[in-house]
Amino acid sequence: MEVKREPLGPAGQGSPNAPLADGPLRVQRLNAEQLLRGGEIEGRNQSAHLKGTELEQYVQERVLTTTLDSAVAWARSNSFFPLAFGLACCAMETFQTAGPRMDIARFGFEAFRASPRQADLIILAGRVSIKMAPIIRRLYDQMLEPKWAISMGACCSSMGVFNNYALVPSDKFMPIDVHVPGCPPRPEALMHGVLKLRKLVQDDPDMGWRERYEAVGTEESP
Amino acid sequence: MPDATGLELLAAELGDAALETVYFRNRATLVVEASRIRAVLATLRTKGYTFLASVHGVDHYPEEPRLSVIYELLDMSRVDRITVKLRVPVDEPTVPSVTADAPDGSGWPTADHQEREIYDMFGVVFEGHPDLRRILMPEDYEGHPQRRDFPLGGEPVLFTRDEAKWLESRE
Repeated sequence: MEVKREPLGPAGQGSPNAPLADGPLRVQRLNAEQLLRGGEIEGRNQSAHLKGTELEQYVQERVLTTTLDSAVAWARSNSFFPLAFGLACCAMETFQTAGPRMDIARFGFEAFRASPRQADLIILAGRVSIKMAPIIRRLYDQMLEPKWAISMGACCSSMGVFNNYALVPSDKFMPIDVHVPGCPPRPEALMHGVLKLRKLVQDDPDMGWRERYEAVGTEESP
Repeated sequence: MPDATGLELLAAELGDAALETVYFRNRATLVVEASRIRAVLATLRTKGYTFLASVHGVDHYPEEPRLSVIYELLDMSRVDRITVKLRVPVDEPTVPSVTADAPDGSGWPTADHQEREIYDMFGVVFEGHPDLRRILMPEDYEGHPQRRDFPLGGEPVLFTRDEAKWLESRE
């Protein structure tokens, strides 16, 4: 029995059975182009017959409009690059948040970066000693705008059980967007904080804390 | 542990450098004169205590002399420990360093960072230390935070339930 081999490749080459250049593939392509121009193909593009308000309604039903800002915010809020940065025991909970149970990757946060130049979110996971504070400030300054910071755990926000000579609260030397309380916060709590930050970036950059703390007008980039 | 008799024999060998011996709950402690600590540790090394397990400081406020430095020595072949203590006043807290090596081999390089920590936390100045800087606190930090008359520091924590009170106090 004779086996007939047909070479793979662009259609119409080398085989007498393949569609020719003006075959179904070419027809499909031409139809698609005509659809894009607003033409009618065998009754499939009804908008070609619509006029005035009907056409407007047709477009509104099928096209989603948005502002560039909110589109960018949506993209940003779903692709944070956190800095891989653990200070103390809270870091364990951060790892767990990235782990399979919480799975921070569902929201696009999973790309932990080793360099502040590539990160736009710093999670201060642990207590900040006076000696560490300038280093953290430097890391924060090295991050590219726009950037956010989460203060995780009691020590980082209010010095917690280590309220003594050695530590400094993180608000003293850098702006913090979200505080996550707990000692240490469970992964669910950090998740809640991260989603708060996500919401903050998406549609509510203020969250009302400036009014509460009488800090209106202190925005870095209004 | 050297037993109580062995401790007395050690103290007799050290002469007037040993001020006091304490034998309590199977722990042998020698209290020695601060200025002769190097010679004391060198003598103990010849007795087999060749491992300096720890150097640490204590503030005995309000007793005088306030500051003390404690050396824990270990004889590894007999698993035998001895504690050497000395006291210095807070006005003149100088102790000879045991870090630097000497031609007779009487140095304990392991004491380097531990003496720096005692200097950092208690302000005991170790004379002859090769590099006496702060080790834990920032270099421009003022004071010695583990002294008992050092303020605890920290921040007053504002709880929501105290917010009204706090706002009143600000007006």
